[in-house]
Amino acid sequence: MAIAAGRFESLELQGVGRSFGGQTALADLDLTVRAGEFIALLGPSGCGKSTALNCIAGLLPLTHGQILIDGSRVDTVPAENRGFGMVFQNYALFPHLSVEKNIAFGLQMRKVPRDEVRRRVAEAVALVKLEQHAKKLPGQLSGGQQQRVAIARAVVTEPRLVLMDEPLSNLDAKLRLEMRTEIRRLHQSLGLTTIYVTHDQEEALSMADRLVVLRDGRVQQVGTPEQLHNDPVNWHVADFMGYRNLVDLTVSSVEGGVVTVEGQGIRLHGTAPEPVAVGSAVRVAIRPEDLVVVSPAHPQVGGNAVGATVVTVEYHGREFAVGVTTPQGQLLHVHADHPPVVGSPVDLTADPARVLVYPVDAADTGALSLEERELEEVRR
Amino acid sequence: MSVAQAGRRVPRSQRERSTASLKHRLAERGIDGSLLMLLPAVVFTVVLFIYPFTYGIGLTFQPAFWIQDQWGADAFANYRAFFGDPFIFDSIYLTMRLALPVALFNVLASIPVAYKLRHRFRGKKLLTTLLVLPITLGTVLTAQGLLIFAGRQGWLNRFLMSIGLVDEPLQLVNNYWGVVFSLVISGFPFAFLLITSYLSGIDPSIEAAARTMGANWVQRFRRVVLPLLAPGLATTFILTFVLAFSVFPSARLVGDAMGETRVMSLMAFRAFGEQNDYPMASTIAVMMGLVELVVIAVVLLWRSFMYKGSTGGKG
Repeated sequence: MAIAAGRFESLELQGVGRSFGGQTALADLDLTVRAGEFIALLGPSGCGKSTALNCIAGLLPLTHGQILIDGSRVDTVPAENRGFGMVFQNYALFPHLSVEKNIAFGLQMRKVPRDEVRRRVAEAVALVKLEQHAKKLPGQLSGGQQQRVAIARAVVTEPRLVLMDEPLSNLDAKLRLEMRTEIRRLHQSLGLTTIYVTHDQEEALSMADRLVVLRDGRVQQVGTPEQLHNDPVNWHVADFMGYRNLVDLTVSSVEGGVVTVEGQGIRLHGTAPEPVAVGSAVRVAIRPEDLVVVSPAHPQVGGNAVGATVVTVEYHGREFAVGVTTPQGQLLHVHADHPPVVGSPVDLTADPARVLVYPVDAADTGALSLEERELEEVRR
Repeated sequence: MSVAQAGRRVPRSQRERSTASLKHRLAERGIDGSLLMLLPAVVFTVVLFIYPFTYGIGLTFQPAFWIQDQWGADAFANYRAFFGDPFIFDSIYLTMRLALPVALFNVLASIPVAYKLRHRFRGKKLLTTLLVLPITLGTVLTAQGLLIFAGRQGWLNRFLMSIGLVDEPLQLVNNYWGVVFSLVISGFPFAFLLITSYLSGIDPSIEAAARTMGANWVQRFRRVVLPLLAPGLATTFILTFVLAFSVFPSARLVGDAMGETRVMSLMAFRAFGEQNDYPMASTIAVMMGLVELVVIAVVLLWRSFMYKGSTGGKG
């Protein structure tokens, strides 16, 4: 493979921030990226992840902090001289240039000799399997093919760093899965260093070596997919990582590692990642797959039992997503192997280790009750 | 497109008869009550354009007696007179000499200004307003201003003489340059507005992509923006050219009406207003249209070689 990544040891972001007027879009981003890593910047829309990527690319000047590669500053270098490759959300292909010429563009800008341009373009075209379409204009290609062109164009110059801004968000579900594998394959076979922006937690978990979760322009948690998946540091991250059951309860006792929470007719034993005081208001996060219907195959665990009534059953292929309500009207999301009958009573249980208890800070938007928050989402 | 058309052609007799009503089938081809909304436009076009236009063309083949005396007694005497009389024929060159450079200047000068004004910055609105304001001035007002400002006794000449830059007042009006200035003042805002809107139709992320690929601003402009803008430039050129080509008031007010700015519209007016030769005036008008069409055809031909598809922006 002749296309290979440019080399560096580490890329360091130190207190990187960006404000627009008085609005802070990104604040205090500290991150060290090692060569060959696949980093995902993850967060809901408006969390500052694209701002961060544009700052790294040099398309947006920083208002705070600095970016270093192997100790030398790059944030003062104009975007065209940074030697990073970038894949845009809308691909941003040159509509007037053929696939080949789109890919050749970066090489021509670098004054690569003509023979070598031809050779490397041919390789890049083969890499993304577009040999049949090399002479076509981008407008004649499908979304997935355009995406491949955008990727080939970004890697053909052997960049030190590849930046991807939600590259799969415009594709349909099947193609998205294919391209995920494709991007991961390219990353590994070319030895690229990649920073990947997405709002899709599943995408980030499956592709990245490390994830950076952002919210309101601030880093919430940095860690491996496993760490984020199993041990979110706060309920925002938990919410984002698929802990669909967020219930506001009160701490009734703390014994060693086990926190007992009560309220709304529910009494649960759980684990608190950071200490909580007895009597304080907490938000309890449980993943639907950790909250199971008690059956001979799934006996009650850790003394956790919640009675509820089935309201909705959705078929998800291998399993069923079941919506239940507690007698007090709290809606919970549960996974089950067998479809329970709508209207029937069920007993739920969850491993105390998988019942995560987080303190609620009054300043949160979470000061709204969960119902209100869900309504907000619906209105959006 | 019906299924029969999409696939193999099926003989009409074998095609399955549509069970839909005639009204429904007509509506599917766009024939329904809403067509009535086009009525005002059709009336307008027929009454105010097609009828007078064909009437005018008819007139050109009915030359006046004195034209027939001089250029031969048949239907084409007017056209022979147009091409044979250097006083009339030269006006094509004189009009071209004004309209082509002015249109070219308006387009070329608008590009960098519009390119620079794409980004948001303090005072952008004010600057845009100032650039577009002249569009609200009538030609006569512009001409009057030019005469006062740039005339022999105008402020500009007095200023230039008082600082000793020139000894003689510069001849800036009542000649070729006066008309050029007037046409630029009225034509530039127009070209600028059009090009601004064409530029905003180009997705900024395309240029950002070129940037991350190592293109400096000159390369980005030459290799990405210009090719995407070219069709828009052609259209803008055609429109400003047509505006400048039909110049009339300023050619008279700030030009040299019987000399170097003896443009075609002036010649047509002279034939009609001073010589009462309506057929000859029509002939000149028709020739004016033909000359414009030739220029437009050349520009469109050039444009046909350009990329004209989507440029990804907000159009």
